[in-house]
Amino acid sequence: MSATGAAAASHILGPVDQVPLGEGRAFAVDGEQVAVFRLRDGTVRALAAVCPHRGGPIADGTIDRQQVICPLHQHAFDLTSGCSTTGAEPLQAYRVSVDGEQNLVLETGGV
Amino acid sequence: MTSVAERAQSRPDGRARSRDSRRRLVVIGNGMAGARAVEEILARGGAEQFSITMFGDEPYGNYNRIMLSHVLSGEESDADIFLNPLSWYEDNGITLHAGVRADRIDRFAKHVFSSDGRVTPYDTLVIATGSRPHLPPMDGLYTPGGSVKPGVFGFRTIDDTRKMAEHARHDHHRHAVVIGGGLLGLEAAAGLRSFGLGVDVVHSGGHLMSAQMGPDGGAVLRRSVEALGIGVLTGSRTTAVLGRDRVTGVSLRDRPDIDCDMVVVAAGIRPNVDLAVLSGLPVERAIVVDDRLRVQDEDHIYAVGECVQHRGEVYGLVAPLWEQAVVLANHVTGADTSAAYLGSRTATKLKVAGVEVASMGLQGPELDTDEHIVFSEPSRGVFKSIVVRDNKMVGATLLGDSRKVAFLTQAYDRGLPLPEERLGLMFDLGTPGEDVGVAELDDDAQVCNCNGVSKKDLAAAVRGGCASVSGAMDATRAGKGCGSCKLLVKQVVEWAADGAVEEDPAATYYVPGIPLDKAALMAEIRKRGLRSVSAVFHALAPGGAEDAKSKMGLASLLKMMLADQYVDERDARFINDRVHANIQRDGTFSVVPQMKGGVTSVQQLRRIADVAEKYNVPLIKLTGGQRIDLLGIPKEDLPQVWADLDMPSGYAYGKSFRTVKTCVGKDFCRYGTGDSTKLGVEIESRFQGIESPAKLKLAVSGCPRNCAESLVKDVGVVAVEGGRWEIYVGGAAGAHIRKGDLLATVDSPEEVKVLTGRFMQYYREHANWLERTYAFVPRVGIEHLRAVIVEDAEGIAAQLDAAMQASVDSYVDPWSERVDPLTPGQFRTSLPLTVLPQVPVR
Repeated sequence: MSATGAAAASHILGPVDQVPLGEGRAFAVDGEQVAVFRLRDGTVRALAAVCPHRGGPIADGTIDRQQVICPLHQHAFDLTSGCSTTGAEPLQAYRVSVDGEQNLVLETGGV
Repeated sequence: MTSVAERAQSRPDGRARSRDSRRRLVVIGNGMAGARAVEEILARGGAEQFSITMFGDEPYGNYNRIMLSHVLSGEESDADIFLNPLSWYEDNGITLHAGVRADRIDRFAKHVFSSDGRVTPYDTLVIATGSRPHLPPMDGLYTPGGSVKPGVFGFRTIDDTRKMAEHARHDHHRHAVVIGGGLLGLEAAAGLRSFGLGVDVVHSGGHLMSAQMGPDGGAVLRRSVEALGIGVLTGSRTTAVLGRDRVTGVSLRDRPDIDCDMVVVAAGIRPNVDLAVLSGLPVERAIVVDDRLRVQDEDHIYAVGECVQHRGEVYGLVAPLWEQAVVLANHVTGADTSAAYLGSRTATKLKVAGVEVASMGLQGPELDTDEHIVFSEPSRGVFKSIVVRDNKMVGATLLGDSRKVAFLTQAYDRGLPLPEERLGLMFDLGTPGEDVGVAELDDDAQVCNCNGVSKKDLAAAVRGGCASVSGAMDATRAGKGCGSCKLLVKQVVEWAADGAVEEDPAATYYVPGIPLDKAALMAEIRKRGLRSVSAVFHALAPGGAEDAKSKMGLASLLKMMLADQYVDERDARFINDRVHANIQRDGTFSVVPQMKGGVTSVQQLRRIADVAEKYNVPLIKLTGGQRIDLLGIPKEDLPQVWADLDMPSGYAYGKSFRTVKTCVGKDFCRYGTGDSTKLGVEIESRFQGIESPAKLKLAVSGCPRNCAESLVKDVGVVAVEGGRWEIYVGGAAGAHIRKGDLLATVDSPEEVKVLTGRFMQYYREHANWLERTYAFVPRVGIEHLRAVIVEDAEGIAAQLDAAMQASVDSYVDPWSERVDPLTPGQFRTSLPLTVLPQVPVR
């Protein structure tokens, strides 16, 4: 896969404060459902919002600095890669950052 | 294609190459055989010799196929049965093509062609393609388009299992037919039964499990299976699957048709040999291999598992596969080029549909001189049959009682001399107890049949420094298959460690992320004045690292210890505690208003009805705790629902005090001797919302008829004649059933409330995280609890009462948190576009 895919696009999701420290919130971006997490060190991560196991809401999961745990059946996923540490299928990972105006910026397509 | 360039590097002798000097090992098949072969190769230094590539038809890591029946029955989740997650492949530098099928091997150019168009060169190839369910010829199995008819299932893969479960769960599906009354068929039947479906097993043989046992054993097994509510039709063949575009029934030879909504075919397996045939490898019933597991006449191709035929035998059990993987790895790596596989004597020990079954060798006597010892007790489902020839055991079948299996397997494997009194083969007569049994067990005796671990292997692990049971289990993987051998594994480890078994330190941690037990953790929190979950991680976790799995337990512990001094960090809470409702499978929530003691009023009922109507609540359900549950509320509606209800939270979601179930007491009931309703309401008012290591369900009954089921509650109170009250603790009637122990009999409702609070506080301070009272009470002992709580033997009663009072005083109804959300977007939906899967509306 290419990092410079033609479909790649940046989206401004609004102020980073919408996501409380240590929690996640879900966003609908470009027809995709994305869970954005704000770690306690202030950095942000983004994964697909629906658990591949039974459709659990990933944004409602409990997180630490490495992983998020789905609230329905406790499947765990790496916050950076989206890979499951418990044998589930992976979640898609997205690039996400905070810009100078403290807005969340999410990139879709061609990660 | 890159194959040309790579081919140029591929010298026949496989020596050093410019980029990666290692040879290329390609494994086709990522099931139990393929993955086990790779594990054995890695254990022999294979990573230095080989760059390893694996192809797997299924898009997953490697899982324990034996356990699929447990997944179907719901005893295990599908996550629990993974042996190697995807990260294992990465950690070991293995390139895994998951969900990719190998189509053809060019054994001259040494290339594998796969379904994704890839060409993969190899120096050494291992074929482990396993087998697939056999679909016997019958009419109507396929749609006109050629695909298997919807509603017909094989039972082989995790996807099959998921699809079967999904189909069985479907509302309108009520009856299933399983074709095949062998091992797999019976497991499928028992699994489907657990979904509440009616199940019939159709078996062409004369009795169940005819491959493993004779007719007498089969008859006893039939009784046990029928007792599970499963219909059994033996000597019966399925001639057709009925239904135009989905299954509506089956036709049988000489019997009436059976209506059904699903058909599971478990009529044996066939080796997957298409790839080998297409590639010109020798295939008879399966791929022909020699004693080194090399494919006949091939120098660089090996095969292992259910797809191979060795000395005319094809195995369909897991134990031979482990033996084959060891020999194969010894040759592939050159670790032991004298290793030879000489075939396996198959002894099976399994749990089929909840019945223990062991079988080995002959099913019954064959010569006039054979001795046959039979014990049959059908009412208990026990059957034992042993065949002895020339004072050697040549066959055994055991049903429903497998206590002597370890000894019998050993006697069978090694041809040990037998006791003169043959009855001793079947039963422990007098002295030799379990401990002696373990010590006397042969070194090579297999302890774990799923993972092929012998007593010797376990003993070696213990000598190698794994002095804890869990450590030895991790090192050898013993007990990590079906788990039925865990007790034996523990005994062997204890024997090998000669009493010096170390407790696994992590087993005592209160939460996994902080290496302290509960008492030490509480002492550190007090000493350092820690008041929040993040502060605890910072001060006490290794490297100060947060751990998601520890957050909820710590939040609960700190709230218990500090009451209103606790600094509440919302991210430490589980979602249920963040939004004060119980999350459901589709991401919506259930709302249960408080209804103290199960007593309600016209006003409450009217308000609940209005709310249910206004919010189109899909399901209104009475709970077991005598309350009303509104299910299917979207997260964003929660604050408004609470506002409209204007009732306090019933706490049906937390690790906390839940509810008090009561009977109608003495005002109306003609038998009642105490005012149970009033006392129940008072207890619930006092202890509402108190958090604890696990949930607490209480009850108060007005007489010993116990209509509120007080004997099976965490705390249960029963009024007895003479105005006295009995208090029971540690009862349960959920996943575990336990009658509570009598803590005390007291004279007044006031004393009940004091002792109830004191017991709950002692439990809060001393129980492990998620340890229910039914485990806690027997662990610490009822005598000890009576001494501390009733007699105040340790002088801490006043302290316990004061701590509980502080918690009671700091109670705030969480549903008042509705006007100003405490965190931004607290009640924002987490499934923004569609809500999937949708729970059906009744």
